[in-house]
Amino acid sequence: MTVQADPVTVDKAVEIERDARRRDVRMRWLLSAPALTIITLFAAGPLLIVLVYSFLTPGNYGNVKWIFSIDAWTNVVVQRDIFDNTLQWADAHLSIFWRSLKLSIVTTILTAIFGIPTAYFIATRSAKTRNLWLFLITIPFWTNLLVRTIAVQELIRTEGVINNVLRMLHIIDTPIQMMFTDFAIGFGMTYVYLPLMVLPVYASIEKLDFRLVEAGYDLYASRWTCFRRIILPLVKPGMIAGSILVFVPSLGAYVTPRVLGGGKNLMFGNLIELQFGQGRNWPLGAALSISLMVLVMVALIYYTRISSGGDKQNG
Amino acid sequence: MADFSLFSRRFDVKRVPGFASVALGVFVMLYMPVILLVVYSFNKGTNLAFWEGFSLRWYVQAYHNEAVQEAAFRSLYLALIAATLATTAATMAALATTRTKKFRGQMLIYTLINQPLMVPEIVTAVALLIFFAMIKVATGHTGMIYLIVAHTAFCIPFAYLPIRARLESMDLTLETAAADLYASPWMTFRRVTLPLMWPGIVAGLMLAFVVSLDDVVITEFVKSAGQETLPTFMLGQLRRVVTPEVNAISTVLMAVSVIFVAMFFVLTGRKN
Amino acid sequence: MIEIRNITKVFGAGEHAVTALQEINVNIAENEFFTLLGPSGCGKTTLLRLIAGFEHPSTGSMLLAGEDISLLPPNKRPVNTVFQNYALFPHMTVAGNIAFGLEMLGRPKAEVAETVDRMLRLVRMEELKNRQTSEISGGQQQRVALARALAPQPKVLLLDEPLSALDLKLRKEMQIELKRLQSETGITFVFVTHDQEEALTMSDRIAVMNAGRIHQIGSPRQIYDHPENRFVANFIGDSNFLNAKLGNIKDDQAELEFAAGRKVTVPLHRADLSDGEVSVLIRPEHVSIAEPTGNSHELTGVIENIVYFGTDTHYHLKLASGEAFMARLQNNPSEAEKRAAGDKVAVLMDAKAIQILRD
Repeated sequence: MTVQADPVTVDKAVEIERDARRRDVRMRWLLSAPALTIITLFAAGPLLIVLVYSFLTPGNYGNVKWIFSIDAWTNVVVQRDIFDNTLQWADAHLSIFWRSLKLSIVTTILTAIFGIPTAYFIATRSAKTRNLWLFLITIPFWTNLLVRTIAVQELIRTEGVINNVLRMLHIIDTPIQMMFTDFAIGFGMTYVYLPLMVLPVYASIEKLDFRLVEAGYDLYASRWTCFRRIILPLVKPGMIAGSILVFVPSLGAYVTPRVLGGGKNLMFGNLIELQFGQGRNWPLGAALSISLMVLVMVALIYYTRISSGGDKQNG
Repeated sequence: MADFSLFSRRFDVKRVPGFASVALGVFVMLYMPVILLVVYSFNKGTNLAFWEGFSLRWYVQAYHNEAVQEAAFRSLYLALIAATLATTAATMAALATTRTKKFRGQMLIYTLINQPLMVPEIVTAVALLIFFAMIKVATGHTGMIYLIVAHTAFCIPFAYLPIRARLESMDLTLETAAADLYASPWMTFRRVTLPLMWPGIVAGLMLAFVVSLDDVVITEFVKSAGQETLPTFMLGQLRRVVTPEVNAISTVLMAVSVIFVAMFFVLTGRKN
Repeated sequence: MIEIRNITKVFGAGEHAVTALQEINVNIAENEFFTLLGPSGCGKTTLLRLIAGFEHPSTGSMLLAGEDISLLPPNKRPVNTVFQNYALFPHMTVAGNIAFGLEMLGRPKAEVAETVDRMLRLVRMEELKNRQTSEISGGQQQRVALARALAPQPKVLLLDEPLSALDLKLRKEMQIELKRLQSETGITFVFVTHDQEEALTMSDRIAVMNAGRIHQIGSPRQIYDHPENRFVANFIGDSNFLNAKLGNIKDDQAELEFAAGRKVTVPLHRADLSDGEVSVLIRPEHVSIAEPTGNSHELTGVIENIVYFGTDTHYHLKLASGEAFMARLQNNPSEAEKRAAGDKVAVLMDAKAIQILRD
């Protein structure tokens, strides 16, 4: 006990702690740097170039000429008549937007109608079997989207399984044309995006306290009233999350409408692709891409708004 | 609570009439097309509609198809490189963004890492097409590097999520205990942190691998001539006559996904 | 062994600053079983973490065996901790956990193996050597945590509420086990608990803490019989507090007049008292009750409630001054209950049972 220790002063201690904290934060930025650099360069950053390209003039063989123009943006919704030079609504585009919106909404509603009972079913299994059911819903989720779309195609093709079975049973004579219709796209998207609805709804039902439902029965509610008045409001956050998870990729879908919709029943994503392929109008493609992204952002912001509003109600 | 059978008539608070039937219908509907696809990949005949007996001829044909071989090989090594790079970057980022007091810019890091999930794939694909077209014109280089960096970028959020979840469920006192037992910061990381977060890293790697292997849209837009991967090859085939060869390739791809998902479940489901 | 000088610990800065410890001064002797006792949030765990090196003091210094360790990182201090949740490494076996500290110190393999075996014998866990830590019970995990912390032979062992996760029976066993380990190893133990009984039965000395300050340091007996203030008296054991007036201080005696009436001469334990209003402590088990004799100097009250506890009975009284008072009397099988609520009784006590508090 002979060594006399220097008393540590408050200032020195605070300084030491602040230094340590600063070093810690710098280290954290350094560690994040590779991921941030890759994403900035090869995912987020190029979006700015798209914005720039949407204000340029299309080149003769694809790509662009560096001449400023807002034609691409006006062309999103209107077109100039080649004969009398008047402006008209771009009917082709508008019908494609309308189809995208319509099919995305239909897909969201259908996945909800089929997905909510499925999620509820999985969540009410015993702990042992629940994981198996969950596994069964996760497999399609991680299976190649193209492969699943091909599977749907096999089913509804003119020489597909459904038509063959119906013909063998002599219910129909000539095959029903299902491929290359809006029905095919809607059916296909419902099929491929269903797990995206089931999983978040399941997550919120799993957290549900079923004593609340018991309380509902105790207070003379019928089964349906219980479901409508107690279960549904409590799993609403999961349903909203599921809806957004289905709606957003539906709106930007490319593979499923391309395979099942064919060359005529285009959706937003296919219209964009067209501008970089046969259309050779990169600025228009860029403007359409930005429009799609803005639509999706609006949906996401709307989602965060209502889901945080829901939190306020609960908390 | 007693286990109840699917259609038990006894009173159960959890039962909602009709839900079990809808759910079972959904599962049948979900699996029937896939199962049919698999079954017809073993069909002897060329016709996709009629069963003509068991055969592996489409697998053999696909195996001997040079275009398929090449695409499969390209898919595999692209997925392997992209998943490895993405997982490395994601592991570092996960270590940086978890288990700390909030710091300035943390939200920015989160948002940026998850950015590829927020934007429709077709938009990212278009953006990369334009960006890489500029570079290709400027440098004249058209290698696999474009596909590799593009895949790495969109795989990062998928690798990041399970690693971050793993880190957040880890007990911080374990590292405190290691420090208490004379371990230097580096030894603490090597002997305690890394072994404990390992299942998360492997899960992230597998997820990133499957996501890269399955990608169609971005690959379709970024690839140069002669850089088909299995999915883009199949997409191209669909424009022509559909043969059960596509079914055979699909079945193999699906098998790979199922194996990976099963392993992922085992790795993330087991708590410590 | 450990000298803690004027340590203050402030978390955060500016308006969000929270003072967790204020001017702490403690000397812990070699081979002592020293307990930090207090309610949750009193700063006892912070003080422990400061000794371990997980936190650094804002002011003041800390000496271990005469050497300043205030700013040493935890991995450079000859101090080991038994954590509240044990913090056993789930990816290592029992033996792997115990060997960890020794390996980090770079001890030769043979020595590590030998020490691990010795530690396993010490905590009686030989047969579970190669088990995974997830496969053993809570009590066994506790022993492994102890063995792991003792294996590097630290100068001081810190224990952060190590028994709180165990059930009552196991806790009693481990209390005895801990005392045995301490006397066998001769290591200084610093033990944190909020359980007063645990503190009283195990410690050589106790520091009672509240709101970042140490209120009293002393042997269990000193703390219980002569608490210095109301907090210590209240935190340990049951207490009656009465208002009284102190006067006629002479040497080590003084006269005390209760608000409830009675006047007594009491022995003084402390020199820092002066005439005036004081609070006094009377433990419920240090009194008895009897029929009032009508003497005006008597402390009398009315029984409001009688609660039977098996071993004893609690009588809740309202004194003539309006103050509440509780008497705890041991039950006697030969004696039937003779009192009922509403009875008027007198409180009898020895002058030595009266403890004058500082506040």
